Amino acid sequence: MAELNIAERQAGDVTVLDMSGKITIGEGSVALRTAIRRLLEEGKKRILLNLAGVGYIDSSGIGELVSSYTAINKEQGQLKLLNLTQKLQDLLTITKLLTVFDVYENEAEALNSFK
Amino acid sequence: MTVETTELRLPSRIETVAAAAAAVAEFVNRSGVSDDAAFGIDMAVREAVTNAVVHGNSQDEGKVVDIVLKSSPDAVEISVHDQGPGFNPNEVPDPTVDENILKTSGRGIFFMRSFMDEVDWFLPPEGGTTVRMLKRR
Repeated sequence: MAELNIAERQAGDVTVLDMSGKITIGEGSVALRTAIRRLLEEGKKRILLNLAGVGYIDSSGIGELVSSYTAINKEQGQLKLLNLTQKLQDLLTITKLLTVFDVYENEAEALNSFK
Repeated sequence: MTVETTELRLPSRIETVAAAAAAVAEFVNRSGVSDDAAFGIDMAVREAVTNAVVHGNSQDEGKVVDIVLKSSPDAVEISVHDQGPGFNPNEVPDPTVDENILKTSGRGIFFMRSFMDEVDWFLPPEGGTTVRMLKRR
């Protein structure tokens, strides 16, 4: 089984990536990078990462989230985060990245925020 | 006083990070620390082994990563040794200052220091770098 599973769905003009597993150095980080690059190539620039199923992330995974955020911003897109686990929220707090990312606990609210 | 010690020698590849984390998790589980402490140790070990494999040994498979785990009634201590050129942790910039927040790397040592009670680096005479991390019970 893959370290990180990513399922893509469309909600209006927002692409939602439902992620489960680990975003860690190697396979997990690469899977996230590959998915974001592909979406940008397809012109999908409004992206919501549903992280409910991501139980673990390391500094490489955090770096990949930052890299995704800056790559999407550069294309005048938007990246938002949904359903952070408590552990991930704690990591984003201590790294001060919670002030950078737009984070939601409710999908409808997150989708509305793109409008 | 009972001290349990386990030593591991692992190759310098990315897969070693998960292998080391699994071995340490088993050791930590056996030594009976809290879930929070176990999470912190897991984070710190993954970062330390990543640094040893990627930055220390530059993923050179001719080099190894040595890990020593010690459990005592007071603490769990983990040492990770690489065979790299040596490194100075004081030269690593603080990832939480404004100009570094959006950097895509440089948070590993910050996590190690955040989750462990003591983190020290040594440059042993035989070469390489050893990081010693302590989590008190």
